[in-house]
Amino acid sequence: MNYLKFITLVIFCFFSFFANAENINTKLLNKISKNIRCLICQGQSVYDSQSDFAVSMKLVIKKKLEEGSTESQIYEYLKNQYGEWITYDPELNKNTFFLWLFPIFIFVIGVWLIIRKTNFYKL
Amino acid sequence: MKKKTLLIIITIFVLFCFVVLLKGLSNSNTYVPDTKVGKQLLSFKAKKLFNNGEVTSDELFFENKIYLLNIWASWCVPCRIEHPNLMQLSSNPSIRIIGLNYKDDLTNAKKFINQMGNPYSEIIIDKDGTISIDLGAYGIPETFIIDKNKKVLKKFIGPINDQSLKEIESLLK
Repeated sequence: MNYLKFITLVIFCFFSFFANAENINTKLLNKISKNIRCLICQGQSVYDSQSDFAVSMKLVIKKKLEEGSTESQIYEYLKNQYGEWITYDPELNKNTFFLWLFPIFIFVIGVWLIIRKTNFYKL
Repeated sequence: MKKKTLLIIITIFVLFCFVVLLKGLSNSNTYVPDTKVGKQLLSFKAKKLFNNGEVTSDELFFENKIYLLNIWASWCVPCRIEHPNLMQLSSNPSIRIIGLNYKDDLTNAKKFINQMGNPYSEIIIDKDGTISIDLGAYGIPETFIIDKNKKVLKKFIGPINDQSLKEIESLLK
């Protein structure tokens, strides 16, 4: 009887392990495809789009994940194929430094103005 | 004096934003990916259309020639338009034309070739579109001019027209 319980436990663990692994891959696939722009319907992510390109792109990402590629390796591969614009999250480089630094600049000016106007030091 | 300085700063800022936005208006908002010119093609393996054999990219691009890799499908109307130009190019002995059949019904693909003629020295199949993504393509027809080291010399998005034909012929000289 104990032997039967042990076998049931092993089978249960075996299936739950693979179900969990599958779930992790699906979550990562969805996360990556939400951050990749569909080049056919350019307002949508690959995750949302049903174009031929997006369907193939999801297959490629899935295949790469199954082969053991990491998230950053997949982004690198796609940027190499289609350029920086393919991702929704642009890197800090000479073309995007203004985009990244301007909000910080505005924030600093805002803080400076608040300090001046509210006589912060005198509080 | 202070108010004047502030007014000048605000005016400069507004003008700056205006110029940036105005410049942005004149740019096309349709993104075309960076062409992979000068880059190496990734290796791939594909099935052939006319027999079920498999072929690798190393086996496809082995001769000391210029290669034209054309992505096509029987359901693609612009592919029909460019086909006579490919037929014309196929008579040039210094170029080898490889066809990549994209997400197509194989019977229709064979019918297309039988009706329109076969400019390709080899036709490979991309049933799920993943090879095209490895090539950096995003639609069809797309055409890559490749040297024997699998380096992309030029890429044409859309059908091969008279202008593209001239460009290809100038590359062959």
